[in-house]
Amino acid sequence: MSIEVLLNQFKEVSEHPHRQIEAFKAQGKKVIGVLPYYAPEELVIAAGMEPMGIWGSNKKTISHAKEYCATFYCTIAQLALEMLLDGTLDQLDGLITPTICDTLRPMSQNFRVAMGDKLPCIFLAHPQHRKPAFGLQFTVDQYSHVKAELEKISGTPITDEALREAIKVMNRSRAARREFVKLAGQHPEAVSAVNRSAVLRSAWFMDKTEHAEKLEALNAELAALPASNWKGTKILTSGIICDNPTLLQIFDDNNLAIAADDVAQESRSFRVDAAETGDPMMALAQQFADQDYEVLLYDEHSNQNRRGEYVANLCKESGAKGLVLFMQQFCDPEEMEYPYLKIALENAGIPHIKLGVDQQMRDFGQASTAIQAFADVL
Amino acid sequence: MAKEVSPGVKALRKVVDDVHADARQAHAEGKLVGWSSSKFPCELAAAFDLDIMYPENQAAGIAANRDGEIMCQAAEDLGFDNDICGYARISLAYAAGKRASRKFDPETLEYVINPASGKPLKDENGNVVIDEATGKPKKDPKTQVPFTVLDDIYEIEALPETTEKEIAYKNFRREAIKPYRQMRIPQPDFVLCCNNICNCMTKWYENIARMRNIPLIMIDIPYNNTVEVHDTNVAYVRAQFDAAIKQLEELTGKKFDEKKFEQACANANRTASAWLRVCDYLQYKPAPYSGFDLFNHMADIVTARAKPQAAEAFELLEKDLEKAIKEGTTTTPFPEKYRVMFEGIPCWPKLPNLFKPLKQHGVNVTAVVYAPAFGFVYNNMDEMCRAYYKAPNSVCIEQGVDWREGICRDNKVDGVLVHYNRSCKPWSGYMAEMQRRFTDDLGVPCAGFDGDQADPRNFNEAQYETRVQGLVEAMEANKAAKEDAE
Repeated sequence: MSIEVLLNQFKEVSEHPHRQIEAFKAQGKKVIGVLPYYAPEELVIAAGMEPMGIWGSNKKTISHAKEYCATFYCTIAQLALEMLLDGTLDQLDGLITPTICDTLRPMSQNFRVAMGDKLPCIFLAHPQHRKPAFGLQFTVDQYSHVKAELEKISGTPITDEALREAIKVMNRSRAARREFVKLAGQHPEAVSAVNRSAVLRSAWFMDKTEHAEKLEALNAELAALPASNWKGTKILTSGIICDNPTLLQIFDDNNLAIAADDVAQESRSFRVDAAETGDPMMALAQQFADQDYEVLLYDEHSNQNRRGEYVANLCKESGAKGLVLFMQQFCDPEEMEYPYLKIALENAGIPHIKLGVDQQMRDFGQASTAIQAFADVL
Repeated sequence: MAKEVSPGVKALRKVVDDVHADARQAHAEGKLVGWSSSKFPCELAAAFDLDIMYPENQAAGIAANRDGEIMCQAAEDLGFDNDICGYARISLAYAAGKRASRKFDPETLEYVINPASGKPLKDENGNVVIDEATGKPKKDPKTQVPFTVLDDIYEIEALPETTEKEIAYKNFRREAIKPYRQMRIPQPDFVLCCNNICNCMTKWYENIARMRNIPLIMIDIPYNNTVEVHDTNVAYVRAQFDAAIKQLEELTGKKFDEKKFEQACANANRTASAWLRVCDYLQYKPAPYSGFDLFNHMADIVTARAKPQAAEAFELLEKDLEKAIKEGTTTTPFPEKYRVMFEGIPCWPKLPNLFKPLKQHGVNVTAVVYAPAFGFVYNNMDEMCRAYYKAPNSVCIEQGVDWREGICRDNKVDGVLVHYNRSCKPWSGYMAEMQRRFTDDLGVPCAGFDGDQADPRNFNEAQYETRVQGLVEAMEANKAAKEDAE
């Protein structure tokens, strides 16, 4: 299949996630909603069900969720609740609710209360001390709870063998996404910012094996392209999420390509693989422990600026000339780490802009002006 | 509020003053001084005789001293978004060396008085003196203060001191930093973080550790979805206590002193029990004091709960309250017509504004969530882990509702006033559902208002007054309906 055909297929999925749920249900599969961040999708796959990422919506407006939330909460979480309340996600069979940030903590309660008997909500608390033995054990304990709840929904026990297979599926998906990020950065002439996002976003909605197969085919096509002679400027994106096609179109219009990213919904979610041998629950715990350079997670070397320097290096290594930070409104983990990211970027001589975004934004005039000005500076 | 201060209140004030004085002295002597989150197990640090300061308590004090805004802005200038918790912003600005200071003339080394400051001048008959030129009240010069400006201790320290003039200027600039205790706490040599209150705490303390290049000792309490604290959660926290002890041993070069630790635990339990008994005096009708007074005593329960002096002071306050009950007196400066629970942290910079419409309508705050929030009572290490697992923002909605409804019933409230605190996402995040439950379960009306624990820019007085008015009307209607039924 041609690059264009494949990209269009990913785009179709990215634009219409509900069609994926319907297709899964038509196949007789159960679907588990997976909220941010770091929920082990492997457990869902091992239970013979389909994980469906829920990262808010670029099309909805908060209405029903106001019954539960004050205004100063991240729109990703609020719109997730909105879709649970307005019927969009009625076909889900369960929902995993992680609690790693201060919005998701109380929201886990709102999700559970709002869903009542309608939808089982599976609570997940990750530890911040994730590397020491006691932290690994706590992750295993929490994941065991998630596993048991998923088994109740699927009606069958999750075997170690099935979990190892699921880890292989996810590792394959992660590897394909990492490779795609690299190739898309090398070939902006073939993959626009809008299409890049659609490819990565669709991974949250598709069957992981199907997505990986399709992505491997796309990667092969991209790898076979002649060296790019694209004329424009490459940048690095950073933040929680930047999947709004209207916003990303501004990058394409200004000849800005995404060389690589430090985005939670994108690369931060597939940087780290899990071991395919040994105890699979411990492998998943270790995978979480290995997550690093992350605004949401505790850094035991906190007196150093490791995360800021990591992102600055990522710019250099990927050939990005500058960084665009998508600052999700009301996201205090991102906001708390911004001053030191800024210092690291300044020390490395990397220009950056910070764009305030939220998922209810429909007018990108201001962002457009800022991006255009940034492109001119670069 | 009542001007006469009881022996218990006096003792409580002294305890906090002493904690601060001890920390300043320790710092001057080159000893280690740490900063700790308010619900870090202070018993661990006490076992090593460490002097500890508490940034949340400090930020509340700075905000109450009206310097919240200038410090929040200083943090924003460092790149911290104004969405971030006001306590965190104040503390991060302070950790960076920023201080609220008094403006002075660098030539004369005299303070520059802010003409808009101060209280109205009164004549011998107690009447306000009007300035004929402006038609406005004249200010009493004795109450006027200099303009507030932002300074930076690291900038001051870098100033030259070769000439006499330079030395005098540098010293004056040091002196000009506002003299109240929260603006004079020593910079930290290490930080103790427990995120049972919020995850913002984790990044807040990481930032301090990075700014000052100092060790961070972290106790992680993941959010809990059940009323029960499971054994696996206890095991996780217990292992962290052991790890923290090891880190403290490395930091201090001392061995963990089990006897001191046990004593600290005994003290902390004694303080917590006395605190809870003091809180329970709000059950009396009319209450011998107001929940606002309780807010003032929080400094003790935060900064000194492992010290015997704190327990003794609360026990003394208990005696004062016993006496007040017998004599039928109260420190609430108005007759108590309605009793409400105040939900959330108060708006420290706006305490008088919070109090005004309550006083006007005879509304006494007879329940605050801080009572159970600091009542850490336990008998052994596992129970201690469970106690610290149950902070207000780390418990599930059922536990949160149960605590609140318990004190609402015990303290006989007629309504609930809910602070939607712009600084506190975890606290405000499930309040809408809680409000519905309070009304369903207790039959009391609730009113919410928007505010902030430290940043005065997020409080709208007009909205607050309207909401209080609405609550009063609903409580009145409720009362009338009950009387009719009887």
